[in-house]
Amino acid sequence: MEFFSHQTNFPFMATRRWWYGLSALFMVVSLSAFFTRGLNLAIDFTGGVSAEVSFPGPVNVDTVRTRLAAAGFHEPQVQNFGSARDIAIRLPPDPQQSATAIRARLEGALHELDSGAQVAQLEVVGPQVGNELKLSAVQALFFTLLGIFLYIAFRFHTWRLSFGAILAVLHDPILVLGFFALTQMSFDLAVVAAMLAVIGYSLNDTVVVFDRIRERFETNRRSAPEVVLDQSINQTLSRTIMTKVVTSIVVVALLFLGGPVLKGFSAALLIGIIAGTYSSIYISSAIALDCGLTAEHVFPSDKKAALDHLP
Amino acid sequence: MLEYPRWKYLLVAAVLLLALLFALPNFFGEDPALQVARKDHAAISDTDARSLEGFLRQRSVHFIRSYLDSGRLMVRFASVPDQLAARDAVNEQYQGTYITALSFAPRTPELLRALGLRPMPLGLDLRGGLYLLYQVDVNAAVSQALEGYAQDARRALAGANIPVKDVALVALDTPRPNAVRVVLPPEADVNAARSALTTAFQGLTVTTESLASGSAVNAVLTTAQIRERQDYAIQQNITTLRNRVNELGVSEPIVQRQGVDRINVQLPGVQNSAEVKDILGRVATLEFRLEDMQHNPVEAQQTGRVPLGSKLYTHTRFGHPVLLKREVIATGDQLTNATTSQSQEGPAVNVRLDARAGENMLRTTRANLNKRMAVVLIDKRRETTEVDGKKVAREITDEEVVNDATIRGVFSNNFQITGLQAGEARELALLLRSGSLAIPLYPIEERAVGPSLGRDNIDKGVTALLVGMAGVFVFMALYYKTFGLVADLVLLANVVLLTALLSMMRASLSLPGIAGIILTVGMAVDANVLIYERIREELRKGVSPQAAIRAGFEKAFSAIADSNVTTLIAGVVLWVLGTGPIRGFAVVLTLGIATSMFTSLMGSRALLTLMYGGRRKLARLSI
Repeated sequence: MEFFSHQTNFPFMATRRWWYGLSALFMVVSLSAFFTRGLNLAIDFTGGVSAEVSFPGPVNVDTVRTRLAAAGFHEPQVQNFGSARDIAIRLPPDPQQSATAIRARLEGALHELDSGAQVAQLEVVGPQVGNELKLSAVQALFFTLLGIFLYIAFRFHTWRLSFGAILAVLHDPILVLGFFALTQMSFDLAVVAAMLAVIGYSLNDTVVVFDRIRERFETNRRSAPEVVLDQSINQTLSRTIMTKVVTSIVVVALLFLGGPVLKGFSAALLIGIIAGTYSSIYISSAIALDCGLTAEHVFPSDKKAALDHLP
Repeated sequence: MLEYPRWKYLLVAAVLLLALLFALPNFFGEDPALQVARKDHAAISDTDARSLEGFLRQRSVHFIRSYLDSGRLMVRFASVPDQLAARDAVNEQYQGTYITALSFAPRTPELLRALGLRPMPLGLDLRGGLYLLYQVDVNAAVSQALEGYAQDARRALAGANIPVKDVALVALDTPRPNAVRVVLPPEADVNAARSALTTAFQGLTVTTESLASGSAVNAVLTTAQIRERQDYAIQQNITTLRNRVNELGVSEPIVQRQGVDRINVQLPGVQNSAEVKDILGRVATLEFRLEDMQHNPVEAQQTGRVPLGSKLYTHTRFGHPVLLKREVIATGDQLTNATTSQSQEGPAVNVRLDARAGENMLRTTRANLNKRMAVVLIDKRRETTEVDGKKVAREITDEEVVNDATIRGVFSNNFQITGLQAGEARELALLLRSGSLAIPLYPIEERAVGPSLGRDNIDKGVTALLVGMAGVFVFMALYYKTFGLVADLVLLANVVLLTALLSMMRASLSLPGIAGIILTVGMAVDANVLIYERIREELRKGVSPQAAIRAGFEKAFSAIADSNVTTLIAGVVLWVLGTGPIRGFAVVLTLGIATSMFTSLMGSRALLTLMYGGRRKLARLSI
C-alpha cells in the first residue's frame, strides 16, 4: 500500500502566497482569541480547589451549586463529568482556609445532599504554588524555544533556513494556544508538556525536509531553488504523512480512551501534530525561499567538503 | 550481499534479552498485601514471622504466602477482604509491637525477586493516595535562632552587671532580620560588654557601632549561617515527617525535599487527609534526665519493682533497658540547636540549650560528674481503634531513650555528645532537633486520588496503549507488508526496552508516563518510516534490493538523528523544570528517544540483514 503510487509533483512553492494567507488568518484568530478570551487555566496555575465527586444516583448540577453556595463557597463551578452521577467541582483559591478545612466543609455540604457522595479526587493548590507553576511553565517554554533556536542556528548555517524553521516552530504552539482559548478547554500542566512535545515534533518534520533540501542542492546545484524545494517536499511527502498518520493513531487512541485526565494533553498533541505537518510543508521552506535561499547558501563552494561530513 | 558485523548482532541480542528480563516483573500483576513492621524499627526475625503466620492461621485468615523483605513481613492475600481481616486481627492482637500497612505486593516469581528485579512502582495517580506539599517557614527558623542568641545576650550582660537599654532583632543589609543588636546606655563600657558577650555570640560576626543614644554591639548571622539554619529547619521537618509517616504504617511512602523550602510527602493508599495531617503536623518533645545508677534496670524489668524516684524505660535505641531519675534537667523546647561535628574522639553532636536550661545543666553536671545522662524522645499520638464496632480514640505516648552518655565535665548550655559513629551522630542530631522547638510548616498543595479512580486511570491508560499499538501495528503491516511486520517487532522491542529502563531506574509510572510510552510508540515509527521510504525510493531508481536496504539505512541516518535531537531538547527541558507526573512524562519521552534510536537503527537492521542478507537471488522486497 502506498499513499502515492508514483513520485508526486505538487507545486507547493507556486501556491505559497495562499498558504501564507491561511496561516496569517490562523495566527490572527489564535492570538486574538488568546488575548481577548484568555485561557481557561486549571487550578495548577490559578490555585484553588478541584474535586471530583461521584454520587450513588444521577445528580442535578444546579442543586449541587446552590448547596455549595449556601455552605459559603464563593463562585462554585459545578459540571457533569463523564456521567450523570459524577460531577466536577471547582472553587477559587481561598488563602484564609487550609486544605483540610476546605475538604471538611466540602464533604459536609455534599453529604447533606446525599450521604453516599464520595470524593474520588480532591486537589487543593495554594495560590503561590499556582503562580510558581505558571512561572515554571513559561520558563519551560522559553528554554525549549531557546534550545531549539540555538540548535537551528548551529544546524542550518544560513539564516534563511533558520528563519523559516523558527517561524514554523512558533506557528504550531500559537495555534494550540488559540485552540485552547477558543474552546476554553481546561489548560493544565499536562497541556504545557504536550506543547513542548509539539514544539519538538514540529521541528522534526522541518528538519527532515531541510535535510533533503541540502541533499538536493548538492546533487542539483543548477536547478532553480523553487524547483529544488518542491522536489524536496514532494520526495519527503509520503514519509511526512505516514509518520503523522501513525502518530495520530496513537494520539487519537489516547484522546478517546485515555480518560478525562489526558483529554487536554492529547487534544493539544493532536492539534500540534496536524499544525506541525502543515507548517513544515507550507511555511518553513516557503519562508526560506522568500528570504532568497539558493544553493550557494547551503553549500558555499569552498566549504562544500567540510559540510558534507556534518551529521 | 548484505552484511552486518557479528558483534552488533550479539549486542542487539544481549540488550534485548536483558531488557526482557528487567521488563518481565511488570507483567505479573499484584496481590493485595499486608506489610508488618516492628514499632521499634527493629527487623522482624524468622521466629516472629513464623508466630505471626501461626496467628493468622489460628484466626483462619487465609493468605497465599508471606516473606521477609528488608526487615518487614509481607503477607500476600488472594482478596481484599482477607487482607482487611488480617490487618484488623494483627492490629488488635499486637497493638504495641507491630505497625501494619495495606499495600500491594507484586506477583513476581521468587526467582526474579531474588535477582533484585522489580516492577515499576506506580505513581499516586495510578494507585490512589495522598500527595501533600508542605511549605516550611524557614524564616521562622532564623528568627528562632536569633531569639535564642538575644536571650543568651541578656543573661550574659545581666551576669556581668552591665546595663542594657535594648536587645532587638534587626535586619542589616537584608530584607529580613539577620542580626541581634544589643543597645547599651552611654555610661556602659562597650569593651566589657563585648567580652561578656563572647560566649553568647559564639560563631557570629560581632561588630560594635555608635548610635546617637549610646553604642551597640551587633551579632550578625552570615548568609551561609542563615542558609545552614534554613537547611536544618528543612532537615528537622523531614525527619519529623518521616517518623510520623512510619507510624502511619504506609507502605512505600516518599518524604523528600522539593526546592529550597518545601517538602513533598506521598502516601500511597492513604485517603483520609484530615487524620494524616493531624498526625504529620504533631510535634515530639525531648527530656534530658540523669540515669539512676544505684539500681539494676534489668532486675527492675524482671521483678516489675521500679525504685522510688526513678522510671524504667524499656524502649531504647541501644537495646537494654535503663532507669532514669524523675527530675527533668532540660526539655525539647529549651533546645535551640543540635548539629554534628568532628571532635577528637570522633563524630560528635553539639547541643545548644537556652540560657535557663543552661543554668540547670550547669548545676546538675557540677554535682554529677562521671554519672550518666540520657535523652528521651517523647511522642504523643492519637490512635483510633475499633472496639465492638465503635471507634475509640485514645492517646498513646511513645517514650524512647535515644542516647545515654557519661558526664565528663561541667557544662551549661553548650555541650557535646561524643562516642558515636558518624551515622549515629547524624541521626541523633536529627532526633534531637525533631524533639526541639518546631519550625512551622503548612500544607500548600494537596492532591488525593481515590483507589478506584487510580485503578480506572491504569485501565484507561493501558487500554489506550493497547489500542494505539494495535492500530499502529495493523497500519504498518498493511502499508509496508513484510517490512511493516519487521517494524512492528522492532516497536514491540522498543516498548520492552523502555519498560526495562524505567523498571531499572525505579522511576514511578504516572498517567502522563503511560501517555509518554504511547507517544513513543507513535514516534518510534518515524525512524522506520524514514528508512523504508528511502528504501522504496532507491528501489524506484532501479537499485538492487540489497543495495536499496543498505542505502536506505545509510541515507536516512542523518534525518533520524536530526529529528530526534529536537524532541530531545523539549524532553530535557521538561525533565529539568518539571515536577511530579510531568517529570515522569519527560523521563519517558527522553528515554523513549534513546531506545527508539537503538531499536530502529540497530535492531531492525540486524533483523532485515538476517532475513534478506544471505539470499543470492532476491528479486523484490515486500515493502
